[in-house]
Amino acid sequence: MGGREANVVLLDENGIRSDGRKVNETRKVTIKAGVLKNAGGSAYIEFGGNKILAGVFGPRDVHPKHMSNPDTGILRVRYHMEPFSVDERKKPAPSRREIEISKVITEALTPAVILEKFPRTAIDVYLEVLQADGGTRCAALAAASVALADAGIPMRDLVSACAAGKAADAIILDVNNEEDQAGQADMPIGYMPNLGKITLLQLDGVLTTDEFKKCIELGLEGCKQVYEIQKSALREKYFSSGDNN
Amino acid sequence: MKRFESKKRHVLPGDFITTAPLRLQNNVVLEGKRIISTTIGLSDVSDDSVRVISLTGVYLPKIDDLVIGTIQYIQGNSWFADINSCYQGMLLGQDVFGRGSYPTKSEMEERLGKGDIIFAKIANSDRQREPLISIADQSLGKIDSGELVKISPAKIPRLIGKHGSMIQTIEGSTNATITVGQNGLIVVSCDETNGLLKALAAIRMVDEQAHLVNLTDKVKKMLESNGV
Repeated sequence: MGGREANVVLLDENGIRSDGRKVNETRKVTIKAGVLKNAGGSAYIEFGGNKILAGVFGPRDVHPKHMSNPDTGILRVRYHMEPFSVDERKKPAPSRREIEISKVITEALTPAVILEKFPRTAIDVYLEVLQADGGTRCAALAAASVALADAGIPMRDLVSACAAGKAADAIILDVNNEEDQAGQADMPIGYMPNLGKITLLQLDGVLTTDEFKKCIELGLEGCKQVYEIQKSALREKYFSSGDNN
Repeated sequence: MKRFESKKRHVLPGDFITTAPLRLQNNVVLEGKRIISTTIGLSDVSDDSVRVISLTGVYLPKIDDLVIGTIQYIQGNSWFADINSCYQGMLLGQDVFGRGSYPTKSEMEERLGKGDIIFAKIANSDRQREPLISIADQSLGKIDSGELVKISPAKIPRLIGKHGSMIQTIEGSTNATITVGQNGLIVVSCDETNGLLKALAAIRMVDEQAHLVNLTDKVKKMLESNGV
C-alpha cells in the first residue's frame, strides 16, 4: 500500500490496534436519516472519524435529455470531498479518485434500486465528505442507501458497506486511515445482507487466497453490523413514536 | 405464525414479509420464494394478497387518480401541469374546447393561464409518454379559491381514512371543504379563518403522525380541544 511508516505500531502484542480496537471490531458508527429539508431523502453518517452527508433528489427530469432512458430511470451519484475534509486543502474540482468512487458507488447501488419503475427520469445522489478518515467510500455507500430509502425509492434491500484489510500481517475489520496508509491491504465491500449479495468488492494490496477468504468473511460481518445501524436509523425516523410493533 | 403475519408490521426495504404464494400488490417484490418489502411502510398480508403501505415516496400517476395540478405552460395544443410527480400532466386543448377544435394560444391562456390550479383526473398513463389528464367532468376543473397544501403523497390514504372517516371528521368539525388530490396536493377552503387554520393543523398532524394507530381519534381530540 502507500508509503510505510516504520514508527506506527499498527497492532501491539495484545492484538490491539493503533486506535484501541480489536482486529474484528468496527469503529463507532452513527447514522441519522432525514437531516436535509430540501432533499427528497437524506442521511448523515459518522463512521469513526468520517463525517458524510448524503442527499437524494428525484426521480426527476433528466438533463441533458440525451442521457434519459425510455425503459428505465438512471441513477447518478456524485461523491465529493470538501476542501476542508482532509489535513491539506483538497482542490474542490472532481479528482480522478472522486470520479472513480462516484462510479463504483453507482454500480454498488444499482442492483438494489428498482429503477424500472421510473422510465425517463434520473435519481441523483449527492455525497459530501465533510471529514475523511479512511474508508470513506464504504461510509458514503452506507449513507447513500439510507438516503435512498428515506426518499422512498423502491429498493430490493439496503446496501451496507464495510472494509476489511490486512495490517501488521493480521486480517482486520474496518481499516482506518493509518492502517490504509501503512497497512498491507484494503478491501471495501458493499453487501445486501437480506439477499446475500455482494455489490462492491475492491482490493488494494496483496492477499493470499486464504487471507482473501478470511477478509471477505470478516468484511461481511462488518457489513451486517452496519446494516443493523442503518435499519435503526430509518426506524428511528419513521417508527420512533409508533405505538404498534 | 398466521397471526403474526396478518398483523400490520413496520417494514424497511429488504425486510422479509412472508413466503406464502400470494398476489403481489404495491411495494413488494418476489425474491426466490420470499416476498420482501421494497419501501419503508406497514406490511399488510390479507388472505390472498400482500402489500406494503408506504410511508414515504414520490407520486406516480395511475389511471383514474384524481389529482390537483398547477398549470406550468402551454405548448402546441396542450397545457402542461405540475402534478407533484416526476412527470408533467398533459391536458389536451380538445379536452376543454371540444373534439376537433383548434384553439389559439390566447384562447387557451384565457381559459387556463399559468399558475392556475386545476382538479383533474389521470385519463391515461403509460411508460412512453407524459400522463394525460382530463378536466372533462362536472366535479373537475379550475379551482378558484382555497389554500393549497402539500403533504407526502404516501400519506393521502391516511388523510382520507377508512371509508373517508378521517376527512369527514376534519370537514365536519371545521366546516371546511377539502379537495384531496392523490398526488399529495390538497386545497382547503373555509369561510371562517379559525376553521381553516384548524383544518390545516389537522392535515399537518396527519402528515407528521401517519404511522400511528388510532389517528382519527387523536385528530378528533385535537379538533375538539380547540373548542370548535
